[in-house]
Amino acid sequence: MGEPLLQVKGLKKYFPLLKAWRQERVVVRAVDGVDFSVEKGETLGLVGESGCGKTTVGRLILKLIEPTEGEIFFEGTNLTPLGKKEIHPMRRHFQIIFQDPFASLNPRMTVSEIVGRPMEIHGLIEGKERDRKVSELLESVGLSKDHLGRYPHEFSGGQRQRIGIARALATQPKLIVADEPTSALDVSVQAQILNLMKHLQKAFGLTYLFISHNIGVIRHISDRVGVMYLGKVVELAGKKTLFQSPAHPYTRALLAAVPTVDPKKKREEIILEGDVPSAIRPPSGCRFHTRCRYVMPRCREEEPLFHQIEKDRWVACHLF
Amino acid sequence: MTTLLSVENLKTHFYSAGRTVRALDGVSLQIEEGGAFGLVGETGCGKSVTALSVMRLIPMPPGRIVGGEVRFKGRNLLALSEEAMRSVRGKEISMIFQEPMTSLNPVFRIGDQMAEVIMLHQGLRKPQALERAVEMLEKVHIPDAPRVIRQFPHQLSGGMRQRVMIAMELSCRPSLLIADEPTTALDVTIQAQILRLIKEMRKEFHTSILLITHDLGVVAELCERVAVMYAGSIVEEASVEEIFAQPKHPYTQGLWGAIPHVDEEKEILSVIPGTVPDLSNPPPGCKFHPRCSFRFDPCDRISPSLAEISPGHGVSCFLYDGGRSNG
Repeated sequence: MGEPLLQVKGLKKYFPLLKAWRQERVVVRAVDGVDFSVEKGETLGLVGESGCGKTTVGRLILKLIEPTEGEIFFEGTNLTPLGKKEIHPMRRHFQIIFQDPFASLNPRMTVSEIVGRPMEIHGLIEGKERDRKVSELLESVGLSKDHLGRYPHEFSGGQRQRIGIARALATQPKLIVADEPTSALDVSVQAQILNLMKHLQKAFGLTYLFISHNIGVIRHISDRVGVMYLGKVVELAGKKTLFQSPAHPYTRALLAAVPTVDPKKKREEIILEGDVPSAIRPPSGCRFHTRCRYVMPRCREEEPLFHQIEKDRWVACHLF
Repeated sequence: MTTLLSVENLKTHFYSAGRTVRALDGVSLQIEEGGAFGLVGETGCGKSVTALSVMRLIPMPPGRIVGGEVRFKGRNLLALSEEAMRSVRGKEISMIFQEPMTSLNPVFRIGDQMAEVIMLHQGLRKPQALERAVEMLEKVHIPDAPRVIRQFPHQLSGGMRQRVMIAMELSCRPSLLIADEPTTALDVTIQAQILRLIKEMRKEFHTSILLITHDLGVVAELCERVAVMYAGSIVEEASVEEIFAQPKHPYTQGLWGAIPHVDEEKEILSVIPGTVPDLSNPPPGCKFHPRCSFRFDPCDRISPSLAEISPGHGVSCFLYDGGRSNG
């Protein structure tokens, strides 16, 4: 393994809230110190519940929003200080697939325009080449060239997501951030899209950062998995390690909470009490201490460091 | 065990732009007293329409219940007057929905909304109704209930709102609770809390449950019996243990294979080719036949009926019933 394709160091993003007169400035700590790297050709899954910051991490990496603190390295280049103009030629190397296939395609553009536009913007095609190139892409995602002149409303949810994938592939990217790409789809369609993404990864040598709240999907698609809670990664490990022996108390509770289909398979019952605390005033020390069954006095005061405890496992917890 | 709810050959159609959409095409199911029955299927299969038809909440027009019977405690609900039906809803059969924010009124306090239901169905006065509301909120483990009844829905989290809904629906001690995707909008750890709560409430109030969901895990967690719906019909019905261990219908098998599980590893997910048929123009014969890899001679001509292949396990497929049909 050489240099990672993507490396994230101490990434933070605080969103300011509207400040009332003579009141203290208030921020939402959406992402609050995240470190990880993604190797070439692998899929890193980011999993967590609503509001844990997983989507914000995806947007930060793509430079769709600017971080409050921290650095992002893509193939060794620090993206953080780059301005709009400098980042532009690099954008073709990292693309995104969105959750909602209905909102993420312009209803007034044909499929040919939607998929062809990124290639034009990055100067990858000339004139008449477009239809041929777009047809090739459509075929690789399981659509056909008959679809070129059609509009998004003529397609089903699963087909639209295929168009979204073709658009992401148009610039021959190295990294694709997939933000809940199957959450709006039925399971049988989800299976088609997941199979397609796995196939494309092999065919084009893609690297995925796959963001989802669906733990079954994350297990299926990922090589390594990062679990987020309240703006932080609490555990990051190889898929097998994580699912066979989750270490962090939150990871354990999260996995135990997924209802299993096999009624005979009884797992450890862990039900977390209460709700996720607010990201405006996160708990002191370890953020999970308010709901953790193993809480110690130290957890309330001292924030645990995110450190390596095994060959392929990093955890932020005082138990380890 | 006695049957609490029995739906017989229920047909609900929607009429729009000169087309007839056969949303329910002869659905039959039985729920025992105290039982929990799960109805699963993908978008548009008719599982929510089944629930709304039982409650007679289908918007008419464009919809109409064109045939069948819904027998609840021996009475055919479809034959009741609207007034009589109103006393069944909320009191004897109540319903919780997917999105607790849209099913609570945003401009009324929690206590007032709950008290309204209690006053209407139990004839209590406001102060007693509010007391009962607090009692119910405490039953669903809402901390500091006397404060919560003075709050508005937006001040509560999603999980808390769903608890309020459950408290409200159970406040009249209905015999049947219809839960339409009750945990779909919630995070998994909150979902686990709500599922545990529904189980607890079931024990305490002896309420029967009709659970509608696309999440097979949730069904396995909560129900004893399951029916799988496809394109407006039930294609398979069995006990939870049996249907997960031995799914028989090709659609059920395909659906099971398509799910990425938390407990096990699959390299490739099985895929059901094609898409769901247009219900205004369904394929002839078995509605699943264009997507079925086991189809043979009768499948595109005759539609199979649900036949028992072993005690308590019904499948609607010619692979098992040797060609019985309902024409």
